[in-house]
Amino acid sequence: MTYAPEVRERLERDAKEIIGRYPKSRSALLPLLHLVQSEDGYVSDDGQEFCAEMLGLTKAEVVGVSTFYTMYKRKPAGQYHVGVCINTLCAVMGGDQIWEELTEHVGVGHDETTADGKISLERLECNAACDFAPVMMVNWEFFDNQTPASAKQLVDDLRDGKDVAPTRGPKKLCTFKEASRVLAGMSDGLAGDGPSAAGPSLEGLRLAKEKGWSKPPREGAE
Amino acid sequence: MTTLTPVLTENWDKPDSFTLDGYGDYSAARKALGMDPDAIIQAVKDSGLRGRGGAGFPTGMKWGFIPQGDGKPHYLVVNADESEPGTCKDIPLMMANPHALVEGVIITSYAIRANHAFIYVRGEVLHVIRRLRAAVQEAYEKGYLGSDIFGSGYDLELVVHSGAGAYICGEETALLDSLEGYRGQPRLKPPFPAVAGLYACPTVINNVESVASVPSIVANGAAWFASMGTEKSKGFGIFSLSGHVTRPGQYEAPLGITLRELLDMAGGIREGHRLKFWTPGGSSTPIFTEEHLDVPLDFESVGAKGSMLGTRALQIFDETTCVVRAVLRWTEFYAHESCGKCTPCREGTYWLKQVLKRLEKGQGTEEDLSTITDIADNILGRSFCALGDGATSPIHSSVKHFRDEYLKHFEIGGCPFDPAASTVWGKA
Repeated sequence: MTYAPEVRERLERDAKEIIGRYPKSRSALLPLLHLVQSEDGYVSDDGQEFCAEMLGLTKAEVVGVSTFYTMYKRKPAGQYHVGVCINTLCAVMGGDQIWEELTEHVGVGHDETTADGKISLERLECNAACDFAPVMMVNWEFFDNQTPASAKQLVDDLRDGKDVAPTRGPKKLCTFKEASRVLAGMSDGLAGDGPSAAGPSLEGLRLAKEKGWSKPPREGAE
Repeated sequence: MTTLTPVLTENWDKPDSFTLDGYGDYSAARKALGMDPDAIIQAVKDSGLRGRGGAGFPTGMKWGFIPQGDGKPHYLVVNADESEPGTCKDIPLMMANPHALVEGVIITSYAIRANHAFIYVRGEVLHVIRRLRAAVQEAYEKGYLGSDIFGSGYDLELVVHSGAGAYICGEETALLDSLEGYRGQPRLKPPFPAVAGLYACPTVINNVESVASVPSIVANGAAWFASMGTEKSKGFGIFSLSGHVTRPGQYEAPLGITLRELLDMAGGIREGHRLKFWTPGGSSTPIFTEEHLDVPLDFESVGAKGSMLGTRALQIFDETTCVVRAVLRWTEFYAHESCGKCTPCREGTYWLKQVLKRLEKGQGTEEDLSTITDIADNILGRSFCALGDGATSPIHSSVKHFRDEYLKHFEIGGCPFDPAASTVWGKA
């Protein structure tokens, strides 16, 4: 085990808290894999060994699970993991062009990281924001209604260390490791940032208010 | 004329809608916990609520399958793994109105006598996960979760669990395996989850929107809910319009509304273009065309026309879109997401992808069309779960409606469409 003792101690403390939330400890495996990813930026060998030890599993059992899920990276992701949705709707609306121009601009391909470790790229499947197409995600935060130009600007800003805010999310983008910690089940206190809903999410409600449409009155209320 | 009926979306424009202050005081849960659990199940049965995750199974009936007095723990698992291409309703719902879901979880768990519930949310939506956790935390602090809720003696623990990127985990038994810490692969049924689900105990798995609709039924009455919708498809649902429409977005309406009505509300197809094809409920539902504009979007009517209501994910494509390209991309998705457990899906989606790639490049033959429909025939009904079946929907429906367009590709030796024309910034 190569984690420094203080790192190990911290990880163990977090892991025990997470395991305590579940009726059976093995249910904590996915969160624990996110947790080690928050330490190493990927699911490292040490990290998988750690999960196995914490849950009384063999390392083979852990690897069997971690390799099934695309969010667990087998080599270090960039500080900013940038995804472009290339599923049909986003692709047609411009996602294909965004991907082509962005991968050219950044100089790395799908599931690859820049030499400086700052940016990794991924071709994403549908991320459930189709009404905001074309959609990109950075560290799993929404960047809605993108264009090839905005995508390249976004990546340049991230590489230059500028503050970047997601369209619907916190005021400041967190790193891939910080994001992984939230996924593991730890709070970063940013839930209150950002709008309740924005743009297309509100179109139906806006129209209903404009037209005076509403749900029917409650039973016996009339 | 059908009009919109905002219920779940009603508070989304309030800046604090995701907090207790912006939501309310859980009066429906308070009322429910004073009721007999069986009376709640009956009310949900009477309301006619059917699963909002795509399959449309009657929610109250599902709850009724949970054996009572069996001495085993019961579980509620909310399926928040929204990943079906085109589907984008649960994510904004949980972002803007997570308390509707948490309140629904309390009522549902109480009705099925569960003391432990989970929300299994896809991992790729960080801010949604923050909002859910914060809402759960607030509910605990207020005593709406935990022990002796509202002084009723009822206890409930609720855990928000993040997935890790696997469409298959939206399949309910794969979700259970994933939640137990395994690869997300579907289980053989029977036994059904109602008998042997999470940790082999009786488990209800419901979609986010289904559970979030429950408080409104308890608060307003089953007849209120049933006053909306059609004879067998009661109530309201969120319709998600995306693609080549003037104002894409979320439109909450009674089931049975038509695409023509929805398009009117959304400002029509983008200017200068016309509708070519659309999905009624995600990529796994056979595509429709202009001739289906007036089909009532309810479970029965859409089914009668050869598709499925699914998740009401209306992906709209205009005449600039190549249907072969669209189908190829969906097929690549299914091949990528096939879990590998069963041969028809694992091999079939792989080969569909190969042949479609050839067709899209204009290097196919007319025989390839028989090949893809033949492969699809061998997947449909023979795969282990619905993922494989879903993969065949775009194939069969596109060949049925757009055979000539496939032929055109190899007649001219390439794709007849300019992909730039279909982009948001493309010129007509």
